[in-house]
Amino acid sequence: MVRIRLVLALLVAGLIGMAAAQNVTLRALFMQQAAYSDADVRSMTAAFEQQHPGVKVDIEFVSYEALHNKIITAAAAGAGGYDVVLFDVIWPAEFAKNNVLVDITDRLPQSMIDAVVPGAWTTVTYDKHYYGIPWILDTKYLFYNKDMLQKAGIMAPPTTWQELLDQAQKIKDAGIVQYPIVWSWGQAEAIICDYTTLLSAFGGSYFDMGQPMFNQGGGLQALQYMKQSLDRGLSNPASTESLEEDVRRIFSSGQAAFALNWTYMYNLANDPKESQVAGQVDVVPAPGDGTHSQVSAVNGSMGLGITTGSTHPDVAYQYIEYLTSRSVQEKYAKLSLPIWKASYDDPAVAQGQESLIAAAKLSLAAMYPRPLLIQYPQFSTWLQTDIHRALLNQASPKDALDNTAKQVTQSKLN
Amino acid sequence: MADVPDRTTGPRRAPARWSWGLRRAALPWLMLLPALAVVGGVVGYPFFRTFYLGFFDAPLLGKTRTFVGLANYLHAFRTEEFRAAVVHTLHFTVGSIGLELVLGVAVALFLNRPFLGQRVLRALLILPLALPTVVNAVMWRWIYNPEYGALNALLTQLHLLPGYRTWLGTPGLAMNMIILADVWKNFTLVALLVLAALQTIPAELHDAARVDGASATQRMRFITLPGIRPALLVALVLRTVEALKVFDIIYVMTGGGPASSTKTLSFMVYQEAFSFLKLGTAAADAFLTVALIMVFVGVYLRLLQSRGVAG
Repeated sequence: MVRIRLVLALLVAGLIGMAAAQNVTLRALFMQQAAYSDADVRSMTAAFEQQHPGVKVDIEFVSYEALHNKIITAAAAGAGGYDVVLFDVIWPAEFAKNNVLVDITDRLPQSMIDAVVPGAWTTVTYDKHYYGIPWILDTKYLFYNKDMLQKAGIMAPPTTWQELLDQAQKIKDAGIVQYPIVWSWGQAEAIICDYTTLLSAFGGSYFDMGQPMFNQGGGLQALQYMKQSLDRGLSNPASTESLEEDVRRIFSSGQAAFALNWTYMYNLANDPKESQVAGQVDVVPAPGDGTHSQVSAVNGSMGLGITTGSTHPDVAYQYIEYLTSRSVQEKYAKLSLPIWKASYDDPAVAQGQESLIAAAKLSLAAMYPRPLLIQYPQFSTWLQTDIHRALLNQASPKDALDNTAKQVTQSKLN
Repeated sequence: MADVPDRTTGPRRAPARWSWGLRRAALPWLMLLPALAVVGGVVGYPFFRTFYLGFFDAPLLGKTRTFVGLANYLHAFRTEEFRAAVVHTLHFTVGSIGLELVLGVAVALFLNRPFLGQRVLRALLILPLALPTVVNAVMWRWIYNPEYGALNALLTQLHLLPGYRTWLGTPGLAMNMIILADVWKNFTLVALLVLAALQTIPAELHDAARVDGASATQRMRFITLPGIRPALLVALVLRTVEALKVFDIIYVMTGGGPASSTKTLSFMVYQEAFSFLKLGTAAADAFLTVALIMVFVGVYLRLLQSRGVAG
């Protein structure tokens, strides 16, 4: 009798367990054109669902410009939000402070921490705690059109920012293209990424002991450089309303010789279906200034995290562990490079994109962070506006950056 | 039995009549109650809640909230950003409403004349209006695209422009381009309202005026304009309120840029609340936007009443 009861009890417990496992539906928030294409994310997710019977993942894609606010409003609304979210390197401070993401430090094995490119972890870390796993290891590279350079008699791509302007001038003078360089300088986070790349190249910094430093030295030089390239007609004036996709389209239609953009452009600009200059595109690290730096880069990585509102944190962790796993990342390495150190020496990953891998090895090591501020979005908005004011002749570069610095100090953001 | 009021013939005794009267007074309210509850819930509560939040330093996330009195309002008046947003909002409102009225009336007058294809054209008028604002904004963003947009192609091929321009990347120009995109969609509302009003003006009035030797301008001034004035004012009120609240077309077309030159009040409120998590200042700014709208509506209502009596 006792045995029958035990068997029954086990059976019931088993059934309840199965029912619970079968009813797990995760909600995940991604962004469009986040290195991996939407189709890639869907097929990764389908493979995960196949490996985990009973688990279903509802995925949603929004534009980068909407991602932050979508995460925030879902968190503010409370229950029924997302379980897994893709987040940008600039948000962990804000998200940690406001308890948006789960601290997963205890879940991460040391072996995993050691196997990942060190710079990648800074993407998900705040105050020595881990709030996710890095997924998209990304920075801005200098893309160039080999044929256009050749036509202008240029043998090698630029190794300093000054040389970039010199080469652009040559190309412009030869009448090959009207505006040789194109950037994502629309009023959005994208312009801060380009500015940060230049700031780091010229040896600048954002803050020192809480004091604004970007309005002098390298930070000021970066903005002066941007303005000079526009004033000389070397940078496309359309840059001031462009985001990354606009840059890709302009470059891919053969209307620019140089472009600064993320990893994903490499394979798309070389894809005949997406580009009129397929086969002419090559990539190098963004240059340095020759004295302070040899190459320059901004940390534009993104991570996957679990929200504090999630009712299935364990399954959610399994999902992000799967998406960031080495095998998955290597399989989809054509649009986004893996976070794993070992992948960079794997010939299968490098195949067909050798120059990108070569550039990545240098650039990823040079990735420079944007400031780690709890109120980063506010800071970024001020800086975007003031950089724009300088570029569009409403203020001198010095006055514009001084204005941002003043606002930061007055609001005690630093 | 005689004490029981007869329901078919009405109450006979004083207390019964009183309660019947009360019931008659209460009945409309009772029947309106569901609607009032809905309106109270979705308009009233958020309205007063926003007003209340405006006096607090209230982060969007987190539970701590501190009373700061009028600080949020004073902050709004002190910051350059807020003043600039008011100017941009007024620029958008005056520009778009002005053009919409002129274009709307002109098109309505044209469509009021009998000609072949008149019905088709009238039906087409609905088309831009039926387009969601976001779709309209995306469409115009493509038209204005600096590298392969239709506008640059058209203007350079007609030799009106020496080379391609960046329409949305130039401060001063960007807002006017947004206004054009908005006018294309919304002038049709004005045209439809005015067209309806035009059709109520009896043709005999025009005929009589013509017989009396009135010129076209005189007929326009003394017959047509008074006839469409009520419709114009309705259109004006509707469009002004919408224009002062403008958000979506800005969000899609420029995101407030370049150099924040298209950042309007609603866009600023959105950023304060959801990007910067400052619900308190956002609430105060939102309330000031409502106040600005009330000023306009107040002026229009007075206009509507005085003209209504005079007309």
